[in-house]
Amino acid sequence: MQWLDDTRAFMRRDQVFDIVRPVASSGRVDTRHGPILYLEDVTVSFDGFRALDALTLYIDDGELRCIIGPNGAGKSTMMDVITGRTRPDNGGAWFGQRLDLLRMDETEIAQAGIGRKFQKPTVFPRHRVVENLELAMAGPRGVWSALTARLDRSTRERIDEVLEEIGLADQGRALAGQLSHGQKQWLEIGMLLMQNPRVLLVDEPVAGMTHQEMDRTAELLTRLAGRHSVVVVEHDMEFVRSIARKVTVLHQGSVLAEGSMEEVQSDPRVIEVYLGE
Amino acid sequence: MTVKMTPSGSATDLIPLAAHRRILHGDLGGKILLGLMAALIVVVPILNLAVPSDSPMHISTYAVTLMGRYLCFALLALSLDLVWGYCGILSLGHGAFFALGGYAMGMYLMRQIGDRGVYGDPVLPDFMVFLGWEELPWYWLGFDQFWFAALMVLAVPGTLGFVFGWLAFRSRVTGVYLSIISQAMTYALMLAFFRNEMGFGGNNGLTDFKDILGFSISAPSTRVALFVASALALALSYLICRAIVRSRLGRVVTAVRDAEPRTRSIGYRTDRYKVWVWTVSAMLAGLAGALYVPQVGIINPSEFSPLNSIEAVVWVAVGGRGTLFGAALGGALVNYAQTLLTAWLAELWLFVLGGLFVAVTLFFPRGLVGLLRRREGS
Repeated sequence: MQWLDDTRAFMRRDQVFDIVRPVASSGRVDTRHGPILYLEDVTVSFDGFRALDALTLYIDDGELRCIIGPNGAGKSTMMDVITGRTRPDNGGAWFGQRLDLLRMDETEIAQAGIGRKFQKPTVFPRHRVVENLELAMAGPRGVWSALTARLDRSTRERIDEVLEEIGLADQGRALAGQLSHGQKQWLEIGMLLMQNPRVLLVDEPVAGMTHQEMDRTAELLTRLAGRHSVVVVEHDMEFVRSIARKVTVLHQGSVLAEGSMEEVQSDPRVIEVYLGE
Repeated sequence: MTVKMTPSGSATDLIPLAAHRRILHGDLGGKILLGLMAALIVVVPILNLAVPSDSPMHISTYAVTLMGRYLCFALLALSLDLVWGYCGILSLGHGAFFALGGYAMGMYLMRQIGDRGVYGDPVLPDFMVFLGWEELPWYWLGFDQFWFAALMVLAVPGTLGFVFGWLAFRSRVTGVYLSIISQAMTYALMLAFFRNEMGFGGNNGLTDFKDILGFSISAPSTRVALFVASALALALSYLICRAIVRSRLGRVVTAVRDAEPRTRSIGYRTDRYKVWVWTVSAMLAGLAGALYVPQVGIINPSEFSPLNSIEAVVWVAVGGRGTLFGAALGGALVNYAQTLLTAWLAELWLFVLGGLFVAVTLFFPRGLVGLLRRREGS
């Protein structure tokens, strides 16, 4: 009696047909209700393993959010879902209220204003630092416009500004492949800034950094919040403590606790799975 | 290369303002290549046509044609370097585009024969009469016009390149897999062109050309004109490639070569860039083939042979991948060496070529250009 059920499901229209709905993935980012990122009931499984298990998470416009959690808690998978690298089995992901991230591909999402810094720094090693920034700059991404692109004064100034901001003003001419590990991380953040995204997803920004470099990174990220929404995934608790206003703890693919660092640290469940180790 | 540090200048000065501004800025090799082409265009016609043939300064028509062929190979190498050196796509099938350009030109030359063929048919080429065909296949229509043939020289390889690239790059076929399917493409075309039913002369291909644009194809002046056309084509194509490489598009394409996922993550549709560069490269290879055919006087399916495409890769590697002028140099030099060697050791040539490739890969991965630069640096 499958067909009967199907017919009933079809006939029972307490909602409009999907085709009548307006296309969700167009227009500007709408943040009138506060959050800029909505993840709702997102589930991702790989070969039966649930990397994300009904994860629900909201990021407010302009906030700096730290996401922590033990290995395998689903932090990177969450970023993959937001940036369109992984499609969830279930659930919804929205950028503002109007843009349905699940209907957009990786490039569309990047162009709409979600930038990501990967865990392993990936810059273009055989381009100069300034060229790395130039390539990341927001603007048309078409083939023909790239062929005829000119570098105007305002672009140059923007590149110089970002070079200054990430502390690489003296390294502009260097090949990106010759930078130190920490400098590459900053260059990547600089590339994110050139994209001028609404949301910056930053995956383990201080891995392998010295203490001094860490301090500078913390300062850089706090400066960026407000103008952009910044989501930082990090292992280093000391670093998280130094920048965090609001912390989300992930565990086994869903949110375990959320709140200020003190609240989270005093939560017995968190202590059990993560901080207590 | 060292960069002069000027404390006041901004580092953004290093990015070219626009692709066409000061296109040869800092490109010594390119200046030499273009200077050489200009010199050849002036000197070779004089030495061949004006200097009497008993003078030691005289260049024989045979030598002019031979040099013209080297320039065509240099152009093929240039087109291959654009995709391999700058975009990281190792094509093992570029000979297919070369041969298609050659066939388009060959079809024009066949129709120029008119009723001077063995069978004297005013329209049908000899091989069609021999096969008992009654009329010209539709795809031969229009090739009696030079402008149409010239258009097809670019359009046919370009279309094949576009379709192939569209299918391959959109499906994210990269690396070795792409090389293999490009090789399969040229092999499949070779088998197809061997068939008589295809209407391209089968095994024998197209030959017995009489004249081009009304000039006898074997006349020394025509040969010199073809040589000059090849030199001009090489110079012009070099400038086009250089403009591409210096534009932002060029920087995106090199970024794709070095870190494709990253390029995608900052919002570039890398497949479109690859298709674009691949198509341009295919058209340049077609142009090379079209200039090659009237100079050698024949085009047959063996031009599609995978071996030819692999040889072209060796030229680029020997000359210096990712330098454009180095690739052109490699294309000309390796073929010159082949001409010298096959005169005494014909059967050894393939071993020499293979050995050369191994030696280049192992000992000087940046090719001749890299070798020269290192010497200059030390």
